Amino acid sequence: MALSVPAIMKTTAARLSALYLLLFALCAVLLVFYMTSLSARMLTAQTQETINDEVLGLARAYQRGGLPVLVRVVEARSRQPGANLYLIADANGQILTGNVQSLEPGVLENEGWTTSPFSYQRFGEGELERLRNLPADKGTTQPDQSDTQAQGEKGHNAIALVLRLPNQMIMLVGRDLGEPERFRAVIRRSLMLALGMMGLGGLLIWFFVGRAALKRIDGVSEASRRIMGGDLSGRLPVTGAGDEFDRLSENLNVMLARIATLNEGLKQVSDNIAHDLKTPLTRLRNRAEATLSGKQKTVDYRQALEGTIAESDQLIKTFNAILMISRLEAGYSSEHTNRVDLTAAVRDVVELYEPVAEEAGVSLEAEVSGAFVVDGNRELIGQALSNIVDNAIKYSTDSTSRPAVRVALERTHGEIRLSVADNGQGIPDDADRARATERFVRLEKSRSQPGSGLGLSLAKAVMTFHYGRLDLLPGNPGLTVVMSFPAREDH
Amino acid sequence: MQMPATQPSSEIAYNGPMKILVIEDDREAADYLQKAFTEAGHTAHVAGDGETGFALADAGDYDVMVIDRMMPRRDGLSVIAALRSRGNTTPVLILSALGEVDDRVTGLRAGGDDYLTKPYAFSELLARVEVLNRRASAKEAETVYRVGDLELDRLSHSVRRAAREITLQPREFRLLEYLMRHAGQVVTRTMLLENVWDYHFDPQTNVIDVHVSRLRGKIEKGFDKPILHTVRGAGYMLKGG
Repeated sequence: MALSVPAIMKTTAARLSALYLLLFALCAVLLVFYMTSLSARMLTAQTQETINDEVLGLARAYQRGGLPVLVRVVEARSRQPGANLYLIADANGQILTGNVQSLEPGVLENEGWTTSPFSYQRFGEGELERLRNLPADKGTTQPDQSDTQAQGEKGHNAIALVLRLPNQMIMLVGRDLGEPERFRAVIRRSLMLALGMMGLGGLLIWFFVGRAALKRIDGVSEASRRIMGGDLSGRLPVTGAGDEFDRLSENLNVMLARIATLNEGLKQVSDNIAHDLKTPLTRLRNRAEATLSGKQKTVDYRQALEGTIAESDQLIKTFNAILMISRLEAGYSSEHTNRVDLTAAVRDVVELYEPVAEEAGVSLEAEVSGAFVVDGNRELIGQALSNIVDNAIKYSTDSTSRPAVRVALERTHGEIRLSVADNGQGIPDDADRARATERFVRLEKSRSQPGSGLGLSLAKAVMTFHYGRLDLLPGNPGLTVVMSFPAREDH
Repeated sequence: MQMPATQPSSEIAYNGPMKILVIEDDREAADYLQKAFTEAGHTAHVAGDGETGFALADAGDYDVMVIDRMMPRRDGLSVIAALRSRGNTTPVLILSALGEVDDRVTGLRAGGDDYLTKPYAFSELLARVEVLNRRASAKEAETVYRVGDLELDRLSHSVRRAAREITLQPREFRLLEYLMRHAGQVVTRTMLLENVWDYHFDPQTNVIDVHVSRLRGKIEKGFDKPILHTVRGAGYMLKGG
């Protein structure tokens, strides 16, 4: 890992680890402070209690035999190992007996608990102290310096209760604070140790957990870069662990698949556009070139130009249809949808095509009764229906019996079905029938017929816009095209 | 280049020369329109952007205005709205590359009288402009239309030619009514589809031709003089003797 520190800090994992570490350390320090102060207070209270007990015992001894007994008891207790501090002095502060050699001046002047720890010197100080401290000091090669310094200059610290006896003599009973001080040192040491271990733990967590997550994110970024580079078949890595990263990758993969499908559709459409627009454009261009190259009569020029205009008009129609389908599929603005009387729409279209059908020798009949109203756009429905009726008339002419087209409007299963059935040859192949509504698809048979190959695609787009369906069903014989509209709820 | 609509000039009888204002930012298209209108016997002025166009329209007395919808500095719809708010009622034909139903509706709502999608045939534009001509639209109020010996009564829904009653289907009646209202003017197939059937799309087959030839059979059969003429490359025209 040749990453510099700022570069490492740029990763989320490292930053999170550092933040957690800091928070834990802060909590630990607070906890330790709380615990030490609490335990120090408890120790002081314990010390005071011990001193109180001691004083009670001494008071009983004094009651029993006066000063001589007290002095004897004090002397006996003073000699015990690890004894408390005892001192009896006269009214002027002159030490008479006890195990205290010297005191900070002024300690004996006020009766009651000493307000703060004071320093003192015991009898036979040097050897006794060394003997007592040796085992404790062995563990740490360097004893707490500030502690030794304080002790070296001022002796030991202690707290004590100062009492004035009835004969104006002063008695002091105290306890050394060495023990609480050592306790604090132990806690400080363990705190340092804990902090060190936390630091180490944080680093380990970052290394194993953070870096692992980082690696997977890097994997995802790299895969997405590859995909952006044009490889739409690429997918994001899924480890199979089923964790958040896997779920994210799976969802992104589904999205990629959808994009790939759309892209494929777009490519197909542009291929079709290239074919269906380029072919007539080439024809247009060739016709103009051929007319210009030879010696022609005015009539020929006129004919060529008229052909050019007719061809351009067809191109414009195709182009308009493509635009309209795209707009419908992209979600046409529904500002102009309102109640459309389907019955009237069917009558209008049938009436519009009736003379054409008659001229082609096709009987065009409409079976409409009752009111059928849908939410939509009359213009779009009219255009879709007229495309379908137009097709039906064209393809019913190869019927074996008398060519006929029947338009029917009926309600079934919460849908309004508008069907156009012809009795021509139909589209026997299921796959062909399914393909017939795709853009620019012109089945073999229909290539000889004029048209852009967009009529049914447009009708399908119109039905999608109306939240409906366009189905091509096999007739008996012929083909039945069904426009299914969702029925309005209010009737 | 000759316009298909203008060349059999004997067939076309427009209602006198018109003064037309063309507001179009495409220089080539504007020049082409000016030349074509002039060849058709009209006077055309051209403005290259919305501001100039608005100033010209506000000052001049035009019979019809042809306004491009999308222009720099000021778009066509705002020019029309501004003119209408100043009380200018000159008929306006909007030219636009946008041709969806919504676009047409917003165009007409802004105060336009007709809407033509680019690319268009000049014959179509000329026919529409001539129909829009405000001096020709006085027929709206008449109850009986007469063209030659053909007579249509809008109140009693009866048609007679040379005093002979002709029975028409309702749609045939509306078709004839529209043709008679614009007698002497070229009426295109899309104009008929829009005004008689209220559809604005291109049917795949020329359905209108079949309807017109059916109507022609009814009003011409048995009479020696043709009255409903086909104008090649443009549309139809009803014209008496």
